[in-house]
Amino acid sequence: MTRVRTVLVAPALAVVFSALLCAVALLISGDSPLTALRVMITQVGQGTTAVDILNSAAIYYLVALAVAIGFQMKLFNIGVEGQYRLAACVAAIVGGTVPLPPVIRTIVIILVGALVGALWAAIPAVLRAYRGVSEVISTIMLNAVATGLIAFLIRPDTFGALSGNNITTPPIPESGHFPGLHLGSSGTIFGMILVVAALGTGYWFLLGRTRFGFELKASGESPSAATAGGVDARRMVLIALLMSGAVAGLAGLPELLGRDYAYTLTSPQGYGFTGIAIALLGRNHPVGIAIGALLWAFLDKSAVALDVVGVPREILLIMQGLIVLSVVVAYEIVRRYELAAEQRRVAAQLRALANAKAPSPEGVSS
Amino acid sequence: MTASGNSGAGPGGSTAGEWAVELAGITKRFPGVVANSDIHLRVRTGEVHALCGENGAGKSTLMKILYGMQPPDEGTITVDGRQVRFRSPADAIRAGIGMVHQHFMLADNLTVAENVLLGAEASHGIGAKARARIQELAGTVGLRVDPGMLVERLGVADRQRLEILKVLYRGARTVILDEPTAVLVPQEVDDLFDTLRTMRADGYTFLFISHKLDEVRAIADTITVIRRGTTVGTADPKAVSSRQLAEMMVGSELPTPETRESTVTDREVLTVSQLSLAADDGGRHVLEDVSLVVHAGEVLGIAGVEGNGQTELVETIMGMRRGAHGTITLGGRDISHASTLHRREAGIGYVPEDRTRHGLLASQPLWANRILGHQSRPPIARGPLIDRAAARRDTERIVADFDVRTPGVDVHAAALSGGNQQKLVVGRELSGDPVLLIASHPTRGVDVGAQTGIWEELRQARARGLAVLLISADLDELIGLSDSIAVILRGRLVATADPSTVTPEELGTAMTGAGSGPNLAKEGS
Ligand SMILES: Nc1ncnc2c1ncn2[C@@H]1O[C@H](COP(=O)(O)OP(=O)(O)OP(=O)(O)O)[C@@H](O)[C@H]1O
Ligand SMILES: [Mg+2]
Repeated sequence: MTRVRTVLVAPALAVVFSALLCAVALLISGDSPLTALRVMITQVGQGTTAVDILNSAAIYYLVALAVAIGFQMKLFNIGVEGQYRLAACVAAIVGGTVPLPPVIRTIVIILVGALVGALWAAIPAVLRAYRGVSEVISTIMLNAVATGLIAFLIRPDTFGALSGNNITTPPIPESGHFPGLHLGSSGTIFGMILVVAALGTGYWFLLGRTRFGFELKASGESPSAATAGGVDARRMVLIALLMSGAVAGLAGLPELLGRDYAYTLTSPQGYGFTGIAIALLGRNHPVGIAIGALLWAFLDKSAVALDVVGVPREILLIMQGLIVLSVVVAYEIVRRYELAAEQRRVAAQLRALANAKAPSPEGVSS
Repeated sequence: MTASGNSGAGPGGSTAGEWAVELAGITKRFPGVVANSDIHLRVRTGEVHALCGENGAGKSTLMKILYGMQPPDEGTITVDGRQVRFRSPADAIRAGIGMVHQHFMLADNLTVAENVLLGAEASHGIGAKARARIQELAGTVGLRVDPGMLVERLGVADRQRLEILKVLYRGARTVILDEPTAVLVPQEVDDLFDTLRTMRADGYTFLFISHKLDEVRAIADTITVIRRGTTVGTADPKAVSSRQLAEMMVGSELPTPETRESTVTDREVLTVSQLSLAADDGGRHVLEDVSLVVHAGEVLGIAGVEGNGQTELVETIMGMRRGAHGTITLGGRDISHASTLHRREAGIGYVPEDRTRHGLLASQPLWANRILGHQSRPPIARGPLIDRAAARRDTERIVADFDVRTPGVDVHAAALSGGNQQKLVVGRELSGDPVLLIASHPTRGVDVGAQTGIWEELRQARARGLAVLLISADLDELIGLSDSIAVILRGRLVATADPSTVTPEELGTAMTGAGSGPNLAKEGS
């Protein structure tokens, strides 16, 4: 329970601190921080902004979760970027070409996404587990390979088709869509958000309540002690990276199944790196990541709103960067504060005890 | 030992004043415990001052404060008559205080000289001047090896000396030794004490922590006893007996692992036959043709100087090392190729020699540490799920039965004192009715009171039919607990001894390969 509090307090501190610095930056550049703040807050109630934030947060949650699973094992999966993009691309091709009945088609697309993500992560996983190759290096390189592979897959002479000056995979028919929640003029919430919530709960349960979660944390904390305790640390490296890849493979699907229905040259990129920042922000904690994802999505949207009123949008990029930097410091401050509070409490208890009893004999020494 | 030429940078001698170190009113609190409470300690210049106290009494904490690793909450530190405030060990070293930790902090793949120079390049450079200084100090600490030798080829006793040399090289005149003798055999302890006495004559001051009270009385000039974080008094090592000292510390009797009637059966639990293992680099053998049998209700002791293959033998039996030849059977079943988990599930408990590396998850709470090694078995596991309530309950049982001093089962394992961590590990490994216990130094770092407790638990389990493979550097423990003893030397079992007749001295000689006494039988041939 202290964990949850720490997970909430530290990001809050980081946000306040970064906001103050950004306010100073705005003042220096001659803009009003108060106007900026007002615009950022009022935008949430306007148009589809609130729903957009929620939808982006769902995607961010998936990528951050993928990164967090690796972090539990001290594995740094930078390849989330390539995993989710390749998975979305292949899932779109399967969804658009293989004839399947409704519901089944949606499920198959989701499974293909997870499978492709896991397979793409299997390469660094095997290299790491059996050859000791750093997953940082191999996943970065595979990101570049994924970009090339996607370009090949959606060429008009393979699976893609020209549409205007864009190239796209065959559209997924209605039977493969994931129905969302329509809120009229406020927009449509991705139905995939249910899957995301289920994954978050599953992650929490897996980590805290299952043997697998224990083995994961044990091998992350001390591979030598885990080995002596009968945990196959090599197998855990494999499984953790495969799971990370499978979750990453789902990150492109909310947009694919709820809005775009095809993978195109202009499909979004860069979520993988956002995921690293959010996992850091949320300390790999399922609730912390959710808050981090919402915050990030809110700041993204604010950038657009600020642009409209003429405040440079870059200020929010600065703010996002500052938050990630300061949250690390904030966690340390909160930790020290809690330790000091605990120590004061012990001291107070002991004083009360000493007053109640007769004074204890002096420590002798000579 | 005549080399004592420490001119200039040597100890300050009488001019520095009577007290090398004065600690006054030191208080240090951690969440849930007061590790030190109003401690007063004065160490005379040029004496060996021993600190005694049960596990968790606060000895290591006090020494870490003196060495600048942790700031005290209250109290003052005075060194050579000047009040000081250490922000880091670097400050303490500058004030002439050095610390040798219980676990060696040497780089195996560097040479003796490189280990000394690493991080101390500023003192005398890295050239001829530095070499000359190392040679000079090597004489002081009695290290008689070539400075160009790789540390991995050094035995434990020489490593110990090298650690002291490192500290002296950085200019220490007061040296803290936290349980330096835990890994040494008796002869090595005697040699170390000779060195300490010579250095003391040269004016060096020592703070010495040990749970072995006979040793403390042999080397110390003054003994300070700490109980529950406060100094309860000082004792004169010439006047006090070990028994009195133990009573001062814990209020309990001095234990002896006395002999008792045998519970050995003829049911073979563990049989190892012709086990050989090549070194990691593929070269020589670290285990050669080792064969042994442990019966139900039997304790088989392995005697040997550290680094003669004990670690490899134990880790091979546990399935943590691969590539061995030979067979291992447990209760008649061949487990030579089983995984570590399967071996544990088959009923092997394992107390590792290095609890921090192989026994504990430092930043996990105690109850999570109870799960390690038992994650697949009841009462902890229910199918693929972990029963957290059961884990907590059973941790509380261990805490009570093994007298683990802790504010609760939610504190992190790293927050326990060394001896209390050890008790937790032993308690866990005896959980779940194992058929075989592999115990490497089961009472390492544990105080005399807790030692009796662990011995008693081992004896009871043995009476219930537990087979124990015991590795220990404490020869009294080895002789007192074992039903039979085998001596390991350079990866081979070279002799057997009967614990009812053999003396620690005979065993010590056999362990160094210097021949056999009347109570030793040559193995094999
Ligand atoms: N980092 C820490 N956080 C919380 N508690 C701690 C920490 N370090 C030590 N303690 C507590 O302080 C007390 C004293 O510990 P210390 O390590 O000084 O004991 P010790 O006398 O060296 O015992 P041992 O003989 O077992 O090594 C113990 O109760 C221990 O649990
Ligand atoms: Mg200690």
